[in-house]
Amino acid sequence: MIDWIAGLAAWELLALEPPGWGGVLLRGLAVSLQVAVGGYLLGFLIGVGGATGKLYGGPILRDILDVYTTLVRAVPELVLILLLYYAGTDALNQIMILLGAERVDISGLAAGIFVIGVVQGAYQTEVLRGAFKAVPHGETEAARAYGMSPLQVLRRITLPGMLPHAVPGLSNLWLIATKDTALLAVVGVAELTLVTRQAGGTTKSYFLFFCAAGLLYLMVTLLSNVVIRLIERHARRGIPAVR
Amino acid sequence: MSSPQSGAKTGAQASTPAVEVADLRKRFGDLEVLKGVSLTAGNGDVVAIIGGSGSGKSTLLRCINMLELPTSGAVSIQGETIEMQPDGRDGLRPANAAQLRRIRTRLAMVFQSFNLWQHMTVLGNVIEAPVQVMGVPRDEAIARAEKLLERVGLSDKRDVYPAFLSGGQQQRAAIARALAVEPEVMLFDEPTSALDPELVGEVLAVIADLAREGRTMLLVTHEMKFAREVANHVVFLADGVIEEEGPPDLVYSAPKSERLQKFLATVE
Repeated sequence: MIDWIAGLAAWELLALEPPGWGGVLLRGLAVSLQVAVGGYLLGFLIGVGGATGKLYGGPILRDILDVYTTLVRAVPELVLILLLYYAGTDALNQIMILLGAERVDISGLAAGIFVIGVVQGAYQTEVLRGAFKAVPHGETEAARAYGMSPLQVLRRITLPGMLPHAVPGLSNLWLIATKDTALLAVVGVAELTLVTRQAGGTTKSYFLFFCAAGLLYLMVTLLSNVVIRLIERHARRGIPAVR
Repeated sequence: MSSPQSGAKTGAQASTPAVEVADLRKRFGDLEVLKGVSLTAGNGDVVAIIGGSGSGKSTLLRCINMLELPTSGAVSIQGETIEMQPDGRDGLRPANAAQLRRIRTRLAMVFQSFNLWQHMTVLGNVIEAPVQVMGVPRDEAIARAEKLLERVGLSDKRDVYPAFLSGGQQQRAAIARALAVEPEVMLFDEPTSALDPELVGEVLAVIADLAREGRTMLLVTHEMKFAREVANHVVFLADGVIEEEGPPDLVYSAPKSERLQKFLATVE
């Protein structure tokens, strides 16, 4: 017990320079944020494509997308991460060998971004599909009547028009993405949770380090909230406030 | 004659018509909405299309810029026929997307429910098509948009979002958006039907002003008195066919068909 409190009070362990672990934690946070941002953006691209495909695609494409969103949302993320990380790298290497190429080493960071992206893509597809449907049909019709191409209609009218309807759902998914990065600890990505466990294991100051990591996650969320509020205000600029 | 372009029609018909619709048919499932409609509008003509609800007048207008795809028939703008091909399901679809987009920029539609882009200011709505579709430099488009907004009486609303405007103001903004593409033909699809009665006048005044300056316009409307004042040609559509057409004074005061007589009696 006394050791535990002593560990709690060992603030010098958080110093940025070794023997302190502060720098390690911050580097872990940077990795976490890279994975979250990368995965979220990949998920957004998948989501826009998936939502458009589900709404305007042919029957086969719609079925494929249905299987994708259903499967990804049905399987626990931890299982998906293990599956996509180990099975994914294995499959990629099998293909490389078949093509007569060298085995490749996939960086944990790239794999992490891919995995989070696939998971986010499924959820964002559904959020965006709902938001797309909330854009009044007349607005896209007017865009076509004034000679816009389908891509211009998407970029100039549908995407900004659906934003106010998508921001609440997309913000939730962003906050989830920042925390899903912690699951990548199981496949050895040196993100915040993994390095925290290492720091705790080495120094036995578990409580101190996990509290520090928790605070870092909290900071990310609080900062995100500020940015989300700005985005939401911008997205809703054309909509009168309802009180 | 109350029409400002009386007599223009004969002259215009000698040259290439601004709009030519040939034997247009449109079927929604089992329901045939247009049963072979042919229509010609010369440059400077103001054609009013009247008829009861379900007569196919809005569908006819929407087929001209292919927002609605006809089952058969052809549409030409200034002599250029919109290229269509069979869609494999007894209908037509555009054969040349680039050509259709180009022709659409020469037509401008004003919708019943305004259809302004809600995430753009009034000015943003007006410059959108010129800048994004026609490649007009932004400052040039803004300068022109400001003149147009002044013309429709919305100079002070240029930085306001559409949802903060009244219906009449929104429709006037939509007319400015239509004028911004410098259209050869303007298509009005019941422009005052979604407005409160006290706001109808301000929109009609703008449309009448445009008619006076000799713009080619096709106008689907329920405003019978207004149609008579501004149009130089009235088309009465009933059950998907043109039942009767002619100069407004003739159509209104001496309707030949029984259906038009009945229709005029009910809307009086």
